Amino acid sequence: MVNVTIDGIKVSVPNGSTILQAAKEVGIKVPTLCYHPDQAVKANCRVCVCEVEGNRLLQAACSQPVFEGMVVKTKTPKVIEARKTILELILSHHPQDCLNCIRNGNCELQDLSAEYIIRDNPFELKVRGLEKDLSTPAIFRDPDKCVLCRRCIDACTVIQSVSALGVEKRGCESMVVPTMGGNLIDSPCVMCGQCVHACPVGAIGEIEDIDKLMAAIADPDTIVVTQIAPAVRLALGEEIGMATGDLPMEVFVAGLRHLGFDYVLHTNFTADLTILEEGNELLQRLTTGGTLPMFTSCSPGWINFCETYYPDLLDNLSTCKSPQQMFGSLVKTYWADKMNIEPQKVVSVSIMPCTAKKFEAARPEMNSSGYQDVDIVLTTREIGKLFRMSGLDFSRLEPSPFDSWMGAYTGAAVIFGATGGVMEAALRTVYEVVTKKELTDVNFTFARGFEGIKEAEIDLDGTKVKVAIAHTLSNARKLMDQVRAGESPYHFIEIMACPGGCIGGGGQPITKANVKRIERIGAIYDEDASLPLRKSHDNPEVKVLYDEFLHEPLGHKSHELLHTHYHAKNKKCL
Amino acid sequence: MAEEMRIVLRNYGKIDPLKIDDYISLGGYNALKKACATDKTALIDDIKKSNLRGRGGAGFNCGMKWSFAAMAQADQKYVVCNADEGEPGTYKDRLIMENDPQTLLEGMAICAYAIGATKGYIYCRGEYPQVVKILNTAIAQAKEKGVLGDFDIEVRMGAGAYVCGEETALIESLEGNRGEPRYKPPYPPAQGLWQKPTIVNNVETFAAIPVIVEKGGEWFASIGAPSYPGTKVLTLTGDINNRTFFEVPTNTTIREVIYKLGGGIPSGKKFKAVQIGGTSGAFIPESQLDTPIAFDAMTAIDAALGSGAVFVLDETRDLVDVTTQIAKFFEHESCGKCAPCREGTMRMFDLMEKINDGEGSAQDVALLNKLGRVMSYSCLCGLGQAAPAPVLSTIKHFPADYNAKFA
Ligand SMILES: Cc1cc2nc3c(=O)[nH]c(=O)nc-3n(C[C@H](O)[C@H](O)[C@H](O)COP(=O)(O)O)c2cc1C
Ligand code: SF4
Ligand code: SF4
Ligand code: SF4
Ligand code: FES
Repeated sequence: MVNVTIDGIKVSVPNGSTILQAAKEVGIKVPTLCYHPDQAVKANCRVCVCEVEGNRLLQAACSQPVFEGMVVKTKTPKVIEARKTILELILSHHPQDCLNCIRNGNCELQDLSAEYIIRDNPFELKVRGLEKDLSTPAIFRDPDKCVLCRRCIDACTVIQSVSALGVEKRGCESMVVPTMGGNLIDSPCVMCGQCVHACPVGAIGEIEDIDKLMAAIADPDTIVVTQIAPAVRLALGEEIGMATGDLPMEVFVAGLRHLGFDYVLHTNFTADLTILEEGNELLQRLTTGGTLPMFTSCSPGWINFCETYYPDLLDNLSTCKSPQQMFGSLVKTYWADKMNIEPQKVVSVSIMPCTAKKFEAARPEMNSSGYQDVDIVLTTREIGKLFRMSGLDFSRLEPSPFDSWMGAYTGAAVIFGATGGVMEAALRTVYEVVTKKELTDVNFTFARGFEGIKEAEIDLDGTKVKVAIAHTLSNARKLMDQVRAGESPYHFIEIMACPGGCIGGGGQPITKANVKRIERIGAIYDEDASLPLRKSHDNPEVKVLYDEFLHEPLGHKSHELLHTHYHAKNKKCL
Repeated sequence: MAEEMRIVLRNYGKIDPLKIDDYISLGGYNALKKACATDKTALIDDIKKSNLRGRGGAGFNCGMKWSFAAMAQADQKYVVCNADEGEPGTYKDRLIMENDPQTLLEGMAICAYAIGATKGYIYCRGEYPQVVKILNTAIAQAKEKGVLGDFDIEVRMGAGAYVCGEETALIESLEGNRGEPRYKPPYPPAQGLWQKPTIVNNVETFAAIPVIVEKGGEWFASIGAPSYPGTKVLTLTGDINNRTFFEVPTNTTIREVIYKLGGGIPSGKKFKAVQIGGTSGAFIPESQLDTPIAFDAMTAIDAALGSGAVFVLDETRDLVDVTTQIAKFFEHESCGKCAPCREGTMRMFDLMEKINDGEGSAQDVALLNKLGRVMSYSCLCGLGQAAPAPVLSTIKHFPADYNAKFA
């Protein structure tokens, strides 16, 4: 432990603590901009500078370790002048565009500007006039707003090992750009949206499809049907001023009806369906000498990554479409038929925790219903914005159940939202299919939690199956390199592109810290435990779907509607 | 006083730099032998006793630096020579490397022994291809003679950016990354090249080592200014009669350098200002010319000894114009990593240009003062911290030049 004095307050902190951590310990918040709690220290914005006794230079609180007897002052006139001047420098080289900005009201730079009472900026306003990058259907870049904190680069390179972003040029001409030149679409970007979470400002964000939705709702000739992904509800509360997990499902549904959706269904339905298809695919591969290990295929960021960096392993990918796309192809076939609705009138919307889903929906492979299977993908953040615009008081909304068909789900589908959830859900079903015995304890706890890579050996009545789970693409890369080298001991591997799985998806409420993601994971398993049905094959509507329409897992209809193949992207990478 | 004293340039003109035997015949590599026969701690203690401080600009105690790397536990340590010499008007490192390359190698080898390193790099300015050739020849000869033992030295060409002279940017560049400084601590002696303990010293610093080892720390400590003992190589440019180099004890005053060694100002013109230490040096007025060219004495007048470049300006020079050109240099050389330097150097040039073009006001000067002050203690590295010095010092000492622009 080291004894230090911060603004006159004495405190003892662990060796190696920074001034920032020590100050937090005594309840003093030092302002930061480039600092990110889950990333390496960058120390490039200098907004956190403090005075250290005996030192002429100010020290960056985020990088400066404390030492025994250190005396720190966090808000002397010298410090305030420095922070204010640095903010003025940044702000005078930044579009004064808050009113039109995607991060209006949720921007670290805006907050700092308010906290430091920036009024008459003495520096002349200069905007760089760089072009917006609207090349992808999922993520935009607005380089004029970039404050060059480099948090996005860290997210993309360290967490995701995609390395789609880097710094180009020097001095005041420095820019964060796609690494292979050109636009984001030309880069190895997988559209996971983790850079969006990392960005403190509005320099990277999701392409918003709110206007498209409003137009569809306004059109009297369309039937607007939506599906909701499992991870959305938990985090949506955060967008509308509630605690994580506190927005009840049926209140959420009621809210959507107020917005004008004609039918509200659940992606959980096709999550259960995915388990039946994927579980049987695994068994088929195990028994017929198919390509192993089999990889899950529900995370579109991961699919993009596999196509870009591991095209030689595409045969290992499960041929199952993601739950979103299974839903899309069923809604314009089976469901429309059952509901007696002309499929061309259906506008199929999905509400997703994910930015890559926007890209996935637009893939040419995804029109097996004869139409584009999913027309509009909205992120949790976008639906949050619509809810705020709606003026609804959620505490007074009358709860409303999901529509049927394709609204029913089990706990197994709910846990799809967390890393390890697909694995656990699959095991609940595969176990019963293989052993023909009832699974008394459905909890596969090895699969839970935030650890980067988890693994286990499962005994299916004598058949031993080795499984592994990874979240974030840098962890996926470790497992993939093993497979590529022919050294993988596994039969089945679950990969989720985002930290924590979908609860940490690129479309979720902006979250800087993994602690928030861990909180959401907790809420997921609470919901699972609270449900009467917790195995996908127990979903009554899925049973009906097989009886009436699909007839059997991996059958002819399934292949037509629920399975697909992916292709090498042949992109230049670092 | 005001006499030359050659320590680091002791062999200048006396040997053929391409012949190691010449160097050895003048006692070369005796110091390394002596060092290797000395206990490492005692060796570093003697360097500490010499009070030799870095000649690359930051003036850190050399023996102290070595002791940190010596104490660090690691499977690999590195010795890096900073020969980036990017400071316009400076060529002292080139003088040493061109004329006595073995001295540098010997100094590095002594360091390697002291800290326990087996690998060294010389990061040589990209514009010195000639020097690289000489160094490579010298290394080949030293290897052939076996004088370096198991210590291996490699020469790397610099990337051409001014900031790559900053030791951590240099390390990044050596690692093949974008040349940008790291935050400190950790300092290189703890975590440097590839995160291993690394000593980065300037060419002139290493060149002093063999003599110190040979004659003893106490001897060195008795030369020049006590707090920054030894000699300093100065390179004189600008409006001065003897535009050449001198090696002088560090208690020599600026006035002596300009008027005695430098021979004064040409064509009978009057002295106006002198900028010492390179582009980021402060402009010093007549009234401060009796300051010795020692590190702390210079710091005391808000100036810096830096690389030892001495740029003299006569009465006809427009300091606002000169400073504007310097501001442009820094706008161009900022690496762009940290906000106050990236944005600040750009604003500094804008404001200086505005004033220089006769469109400025006293308010702009006040803003420059604030901006410069903030940069000097907020920027991540020495470049941004020192970039405002020319602006701040001219505003302080030569207000008339600014006022003349407001007419
Ligand atoms: C912008 C900048 C440029 C520098 N350029 C050089 C250089 O060209 N040569 C040099 O030896 N030191 C240079 N330095 C100083 C180095 O960072 C470092 O302090 C020095 O190499 C340490 O060696 P010394 O202790 O022997 O002086 C520079 C520092 C800064 C901030
Ligand atoms: S990024 Fe932040 S400060 Fe910049 S315009 Fe958007 S809201 Fe405003
Ligand atoms: S895009 Fe955002 S996260 Fe990336 S460097 Fe710019 S401001 Fe930082
Ligand atoms: S002070 Fe300038 S050169 Fe140094 S890190 Fe900051 S931007 Fe780069
Ligand atoms: S938060 Fe410390 S320098 Fe940016």
